[in-house]
Amino acid sequence: MTDRLLPTDESAARHLAKRHAAERRFRSYGASAVGAALVVLVALLGSILWRGLPAFTSHEVRLEIHFDADLLDPRGSGDLEVLGRGDYGRLVKLALRAKFDQVTGRRERRALSALVSSGAAFELRERVLAEPGLVGTTRLFFLPLSDDADLFFKGGVDVSTREADRRLSDAQISWLRVLEAEGRIESRISRRFFISGDSREPELAGIRGALVGSLWTLLITLLLSFPTGVAAAIYMEEFAPKNRLTDFIEVNINNLAAVPSIVFGLLGLAVLLNFFGMPRSAPLVGGTVLALMTLPTVIITSRSAIRAVPPSVREAALGIGASSLQVVSHHVLPLALPGILTGTIIGMARALGETAPLLMIGMVAFIVDVPSGPTSPATVLPVQIFLWADAPERAFLAKTSAAILVLLAFLVAMNLVAVLLRNRFERRW
Amino acid sequence: MKFRIALLPLATAVLLLSAGAAEARDQLRIVGSSTVFPFSTAVAEQFGKTTSFKTPVVESTGSGGGLKLFCSGVGTRTPDITNSSRRIKASEIAKCADHGVTEIVEVKIGFDGIVLANSKASPRYTLTKEQIYRALAKQVPVDGKLVDNPYRKWSDLDASLPGVKIEVLGPPPTSGTRDAFVELAMEGGAKQIPMLSELKATDKQAFKAVAHTIREDGAYIEAGENDNLIVQKLEANPNALGVFGFSFLDQNADKIQGSRVGGVEPTFENIASGEYGVSRSLFFYVKKAHVGVVPGIQEYVAEFTSERAAGDEGYLADKGLIPLPAAERSLVRNSAGGLSLLSSN
Repeated sequence: MTDRLLPTDESAARHLAKRHAAERRFRSYGASAVGAALVVLVALLGSILWRGLPAFTSHEVRLEIHFDADLLDPRGSGDLEVLGRGDYGRLVKLALRAKFDQVTGRRERRALSALVSSGAAFELRERVLAEPGLVGTTRLFFLPLSDDADLFFKGGVDVSTREADRRLSDAQISWLRVLEAEGRIESRISRRFFISGDSREPELAGIRGALVGSLWTLLITLLLSFPTGVAAAIYMEEFAPKNRLTDFIEVNINNLAAVPSIVFGLLGLAVLLNFFGMPRSAPLVGGTVLALMTLPTVIITSRSAIRAVPPSVREAALGIGASSLQVVSHHVLPLALPGILTGTIIGMARALGETAPLLMIGMVAFIVDVPSGPTSPATVLPVQIFLWADAPERAFLAKTSAAILVLLAFLVAMNLVAVLLRNRFERRW
Repeated sequence: MKFRIALLPLATAVLLLSAGAAEARDQLRIVGSSTVFPFSTAVAEQFGKTTSFKTPVVESTGSGGGLKLFCSGVGTRTPDITNSSRRIKASEIAKCADHGVTEIVEVKIGFDGIVLANSKASPRYTLTKEQIYRALAKQVPVDGKLVDNPYRKWSDLDASLPGVKIEVLGPPPTSGTRDAFVELAMEGGAKQIPMLSELKATDKQAFKAVAHTIREDGAYIEAGENDNLIVQKLEANPNALGVFGFSFLDQNADKIQGSRVGGVEPTFENIASGEYGVSRSLFFYVKKAHVGVVPGIQEYVAEFTSERAAGDEGYLADKGLIPLPAAERSLVRNSAGGLSLLSSN
């Protein structure tokens, strides 16, 4: 009977109650630690979302644009070269003036045209170059508002402050209200944010350049660090003799994993740029530097994954006559692959968030063009966040948070790939 | 079969080395000051959009770092232009010459005001340069002797100032803004104190040490290079003052106000006219040897100095650059257009 096995005297019962209480306390510490971490995470994500989401939409104004043939192509040549030189900014100004014909005087007119983004003219130019038949016609177009006007509709302008302290004057606000009352203002998903490169105008600035730069950089990092790291790990685990030299190498790999990343940037500057004469600001160089930084992580995790493959698998393969190479390539490597991939993705995720080593090799830069290859100038997502956080225009605040969201999405996608790959290949004994 | 993957790094390495061979460049490369960066990038973007040239790549390396890169030699691997928030030093010109960079074109683009601002929730400060010096220096003269800064509250300096703790948020020593602030505001204030101006006459080094050293007892708080962060902190703490560039005051005029220095408010007009005393000139330097080698240099210079960029109502003024007076502008435009060299005096 169980009763007899339980302690019967008072002290033992008290002791038991104490032990149970200790366990409950311990559990509650753990649960509150998890809870605190969750609260912090939710607060962090919440604030970034709250600030960043407005950047994914932008307000546009619908205007009748008359593509005056006299302004764009006076001789009617239809030549793209001539059309490309046309004064498209004037088209936008004329459309606005037609709308508010009571506005006269240079200053007022300047204030009026400041409501529409300077990018509008370039967009019209693109349209005409793509479709020269537009010349001479009048069409309705959605044009981007300037950052200050956009901020006004997003509630970022305090109308109660003194006029001189605002970025928008009373007149500008009244014009915007008129446009709004006429139903000409629309909030739309900001395509520009995803399809364009960096810009000094917040309403035109996009994440595409940095995203593509990050992709190229990480591709180079992966191509260099994954094969090299796995090969090194296999050799060290399966083939290398155990002696002073290999011990020395092992210690050095472990130390390298702890080296601050800026040191790799200095190495890149001294060796890759100055000695080999590679181009500045190129994803090729950035990827190489980050590969050096990631390599120790890949080697260390790959080695532990290889070590986790049971010796019985190797022995069985050797027992039926497989060569060492066959043991590794047919059995050990496939079994260790999930662990290796996880380690690689962790290393890559760290590389994705680095800015310090890239500073040295010129990737902290203002680059408008979306990079077209591993040698064209590029920047990466964390650098873009840093540059926007430093910009004086207030609308860049939302852009910064939006860029952080894109970086987080990128990270989550990478981790998802890791999880999927692991689940696919994982085998349990 | 699986080991074919091991050839990938090899292939990438080949690609790496071949990239080194690609020397010609059809894109302008600009480095330098983080203060000039917002203006230089605006011009670069405009230049890329309105001409057939590629948009220049602009790096923010700081004035000193930019000049170092600029002076590292001639050739397409070195930058064509460097931005600077101060004039090039004689030592830097010498260094440039050592590396073969002998022909340098200096272009002055405008002014940048450095402001001391606080939250609109508190009254506006009116300070003299001497008060700024006394509030922030590590050592100040009291009764004819240099002592560690004894002032804790603004009212300790002058009864007209508010009785709140001296608390100034500003950039770290690596920042060009800080250098300029120390030189213009603090040294300017120190010179007005008779004892220190005598010291300057006898021992320049000692004077500099006294005038340029900022106190480290917590009254001056190094708030990092990010001026947006300082603005946010000022909003949260109405008692604090912050030191940063005029463009940040311009963008946040609904939340913060600039202190009057020497009775002059830091406004666009006052900085442009030179009445506001804490302002510095901004420059960029062009490597003449690259003109004709890298396409677009002269056109970029022309865009930067054009009336629609650097003029009174140009787009750079919208970004917070204080333009040069009209007469000086046209002088700069002519000399820059003709690529007149920097005289080495």
